[in-house]
Amino acid sequence: MSRLLIRNGRVVDPSQDIDQGMDILLEDGRVAGLGERLEGPGDVEIVDAAGLVVAPGFIDLHTHLREPGFEYKETIETGCRAAVAGGFTAVCCMANTDPVNDDPSVTRFIRERASEVGLARVYPIGAISKGCLGEELAEVGEMVRAGAVAISDDCRPVVNSLLMRRALEYARSFEVPVAAHAEDIDLSDGGLMHEGAVSTRIGLKALSPVAEEVMVARDLLLAERTGGHLHLCHLSTAASLDAVRTAKARGVLVTCEVASHHFSLTDEDVAAANYDPNWKTNPPLRAAGDVAAVRQALADGTVDAIVSNHAPHHTDEKEIDFSEAPFGIVGLETAVSLALDRLLHGKVLGFDRLVRLFSTAPARAFKLPGGTLRVGAPADVTVLDPRRRHTVDPTRFKSKSRNTPFAGLKLRGGPVMTIVDGQVVWRAD
Amino acid sequence: MSIEAAAALSSKDVIGIASLEPMEIELILNTAEELLEVARRPIKKVPALRGATVVNLFMEPSTRTRFSFEVAEKRLSADTLNFSASTSSVSKGETLVDTARNLMAMAPDYIVIRHPNVGAPHRLASVVPASIINAGDGINEHPSQALLDAFTMRQHFGRLEGLKVVIAGDIRHSRVARSNVFLLEKMGAEVRFAAPASLLPVGVEELGAATFLRLEPALEGADVVMMLRIQRERQKNVNFPSLREYYDFFALTPERLELAAPNAVVMHPGPMNRGVEIDSLVADGPRSVILEQVTNGVAIRMAILYLLAGGRGEQAADS
Repeated sequence: MSRLLIRNGRVVDPSQDIDQGMDILLEDGRVAGLGERLEGPGDVEIVDAAGLVVAPGFIDLHTHLREPGFEYKETIETGCRAAVAGGFTAVCCMANTDPVNDDPSVTRFIRERASEVGLARVYPIGAISKGCLGEELAEVGEMVRAGAVAISDDCRPVVNSLLMRRALEYARSFEVPVAAHAEDIDLSDGGLMHEGAVSTRIGLKALSPVAEEVMVARDLLLAERTGGHLHLCHLSTAASLDAVRTAKARGVLVTCEVASHHFSLTDEDVAAANYDPNWKTNPPLRAAGDVAAVRQALADGTVDAIVSNHAPHHTDEKEIDFSEAPFGIVGLETAVSLALDRLLHGKVLGFDRLVRLFSTAPARAFKLPGGTLRVGAPADVTVLDPRRRHTVDPTRFKSKSRNTPFAGLKLRGGPVMTIVDGQVVWRAD
Repeated sequence: MSIEAAAALSSKDVIGIASLEPMEIELILNTAEELLEVARRPIKKVPALRGATVVNLFMEPSTRTRFSFEVAEKRLSADTLNFSASTSSVSKGETLVDTARNLMAMAPDYIVIRHPNVGAPHRLASVVPASIINAGDGINEHPSQALLDAFTMRQHFGRLEGLKVVIAGDIRHSRVARSNVFLLEKMGAEVRFAAPASLLPVGVEELGAATFLRLEPALEGADVVMMLRIQRERQKNVNFPSLREYYDFFALTPERLELAAPNAVVMHPGPMNRGVEIDSLVADGPRSVILEQVTNGVAIRMAILYLLAGGRGEQAADS
């Protein structure tokens, strides 16, 4: 029997409209009590959270754990270490492994590995199509039964509109969202960075924002027609977010996410980085107007979740020319700190909205347990210190990969403790 | 029954359930009941259609429907001619109307038509004076199937009104589902369609059926469970992932059948994919009435031909 009493913290739980000083008692993997000045039983372990914010565990809807198949980039174990060190109690991992998670045996493998590791909760996302090839539906029902919480061909868009339509329809039987990497590959045209004045100035091949926007529009129309649940991954442009805003107002069953680098960096940062591939990501870092639109959409409720879009790549793959390097940025160990620094201290949003975006809303979007500190809920807790000043140091990442554009960045605010299933799985030094 | 039978059919053709009145449906079912007895005689023949000529025009592969019509025709003493797409002039590029006009020159009284194109029987009926019986047009209608299904249900429950009928499977490609829902709605039964949304046509609720995206909730308390054939050739693995998964989630298994009413019957229009939409233990089990459907099919088709004989000789409107 394990008991943990978190005392004197400021509890922020949007699921219960709570934002006040309270104590929380965790017992046997569940929230056992929530109130002012709780007294634990004799053998209780006490955590003093004075000056800290205590929130329901943060959930990352978009992570690449790379195992099976790309263990040289990341493994389920190193990915989970990175997750909890970044304040996440749960991660949803994308299907573009090798073999692709398009089969219940792969889904089960991921869950079993994660449970052996025993740190963050891992929710596998199954593929939409067999092999993520965009041709035939994968066995959605079998994967859901094995534990998949959504389906996505992330990293590849579903080009075939009929297949996307059928996926949205078929997934309704299993009540899982179809998570779309919205990109029209033809419009992307091999582009490397956001298309605009900056790409023209520095000469990198441009990737048009309309490549994202066209697909967002298509998928919203398909979701509206089919009644299927569409989840739009890593939205990054003003027009994409406008489309979601109006679709939500029309009652379309759509949720969406934003990656932490898309509210933190612009294409000017790419220019300043002197062709360093650690600034290369897809969707690309956008123009200042898009970043402002992303922040607005985070504040006004258009966006459901902030994600890491943790995309680890080996140093050997990134220390080459910008044009040759793979797209992707690691994010598990910086996403929450960036949100506190840029969004909270940047006065874009308050604690309630921030916790909503990391916990309550993502849990709801993918129908995951958690996202709340209600009595009886899983004892997953993220503790934040909004005043903690630290410098991003990739050499201390728990992740196997170091491909971050934030190295050396000084940030204010960060996670200090991560509790999963009532156990403290990470504590800041 | 609350619905009275009509005295005769109002049209020279039986093209779809959509165009039949409830009283006409009742008449066909009652007539079939009387004709069912012919099959039990040592000499299974009555002279009702002696001297009449029936052309069976099958432009799409069919075994059981074609045989069933042919047996019905022969038991009514009609002379029958069989056309099939592969052996006829159709394979040489002749249009349907030209084929029909040529046939009319030989003065048949009935044309039983199965055609891959929706509306082919309707078109034929408007240009030839013979009685047209639709034996299945594309994904539109299969009226004699719906009538034999209703007949089989009535045989078991003594009524159609209030019956809870589950129709499960590829609704979007199924003329059987469409004719059945038209008929059952007219006769006061409660229809439930069960399929993933990728196999349901848009606006299906407008047909009057409740829809379920999983089989189990649809089966709760059902009196009739009708499993549709998965037409593998139509799917291309875009509508559902695999036959394995289809069986796992949408097949009628003994366990799932437990959810239905204790005296529920199981139907299938055939041909069955055993181990895909229906488990053999169910197909061959005590609740299965699949072979009774086949027997009843002959009586229904006899009834249609017999009743149309009353309307024969009238000119088609615009022939």
